Amino acid sequence: MPELDNAFQAALNLILGLDPTLLGIVTLSLQVSLAAVAIGALIGLPLGAALALWRFPGRGLVVTLLNAFMGLPPVVAGLVVYLMLSRAGPLGELGLLFTPSAMVIAQSLLVLPIIAALTRDHVLTLWDEYREQLCSFGVTRLRAMPSLLWDARFALMTVILAGFGRASAEVGAVLIVGGNIEGVTRVMTTAIALETSKGNLSLALGLGLVLLGLVALVNGTAYLVGERARRKLG
Amino acid sequence: MNHFCQPGTRLPPALQTDEPLLRLEALGFSHQGVPLLQGIELTLKPRGRTVILGPNGAGKSLLMRLAHGLLTPSSGQVRWACHESGRPLRQAMVFQRPVMLRRSALANLSYALAARGVPWRQRRSLATAALERFGLTNLADRPARVLSGGEQQRLALARAWVLEPDVLFLDEPTSALDPASMRAVEDAVHAFHDQGSRIVMTSHDLNQARRLADDIIFLYEGRIIEHTPAQTFFREPSSQLARDFLSGELLG
Repeated sequence: MPELDNAFQAALNLILGLDPTLLGIVTLSLQVSLAAVAIGALIGLPLGAALALWRFPGRGLVVTLLNAFMGLPPVVAGLVVYLMLSRAGPLGELGLLFTPSAMVIAQSLLVLPIIAALTRDHVLTLWDEYREQLCSFGVTRLRAMPSLLWDARFALMTVILAGFGRASAEVGAVLIVGGNIEGVTRVMTTAIALETSKGNLSLALGLGLVLLGLVALVNGTAYLVGERARRKLG
Repeated sequence: MNHFCQPGTRLPPALQTDEPLLRLEALGFSHQGVPLLQGIELTLKPRGRTVILGPNGAGKSLLMRLAHGLLTPSSGQVRWACHESGRPLRQAMVFQRPVMLRRSALANLSYALAARGVPWRQRRSLATAALERFGLTNLADRPARVLSGGEQQRLALARAWVLEPDVLFLDEPTSALDPASMRAVEDAVHAFHDQGSRIVMTSHDLNQARRLADDIIFLYEGRIIEHTPAQTFFREPSSQLARDFLSGELLG
């Protein structure tokens, strides 16, 4: 397949030559996904810890919902955010639709359940172990929360990386709420989808390689963090 | 069992020397309808080393957890004395398997100091002094969870030490340790006693109880059978159950 060989060659040229179009798309992708993960972690970490520490009516339902939302299809998340932000929607006034902000919101929605649900698991395990000792210290649940999050830090770092993996790899949500507008809301995944359908395989392949490298990097980091924690903290 | 961190009801202020430190009144504890402790009446004097003895499943650890406030009794009262200022007594507990925070040895002590409300500036020097006191200085920066069992238990004692407890509970603190580490724990119990801490501990080891105890609480099937001075208990126990226990004939 000489065509694919050419495309592969061209893709490498784009990457190695730091093609501005490609760089712009990669940068925006990172900005959107990192912002989404930051928001997801900011809410998800304390939320997950709280669900592990406190019992209240309806807690089981919340936990079940969170677990179910871990597998939320990105297009559905995109659709929900689209409806909220569209002109006629409740948040239409903000004029956020088809902006990077809308994409951040949609991806946060995808990342939050993953971070919250996995954080809950880790904190619950740790709390079972620590509970008597911390109570003996006279530490309240509220004060135990940051302690547990800190002591679970290595596990939670891989949780956050898992969230980043999900955000950077999804295409459905950003496509719906971002609109894939060139230079404004075009990110790696939406660009790959578009360029492939247009037959511009070199850019699609170039972005695909970058995305693949990014995912590999994230997984490698997660692995190393886990190994280091095992060695260091026992 | 989700009723943790419930403070016990306290005796009125003013802790006089001969007033009891702790009173358990008609204390009972059931789990899923099964009574595990019943009709516990107990008065502890302000000073001394109490060892709780009894076969497995007699409720020794449970009794300490109720007194310490880790569990809420199903019935009855736990009444603690207060300091004259009205401040509640400081309590600490050393567990059978030490719970080590996933931090350095030093940070484990700093955490306890923070929980006690010691200002940030004083924590490091107090923690360092306690590590030295328990011979753990070279391990200060090591992660606590990679220490050996004996070192972990010594660190747990150091962590209790920095809390300057009025009452120290120890739940079979030496059951998983080699003789040297066991010796270190027993020395620490004496040090705590000399420093003014009221000692309440459980043990499986009759020789250890002989070495450490001022008085003995003998539990059997969730009831206190005897509470007598140690010498009396080992020389002439008043109950047949205790005699059987001492001669090794009592099956748990």
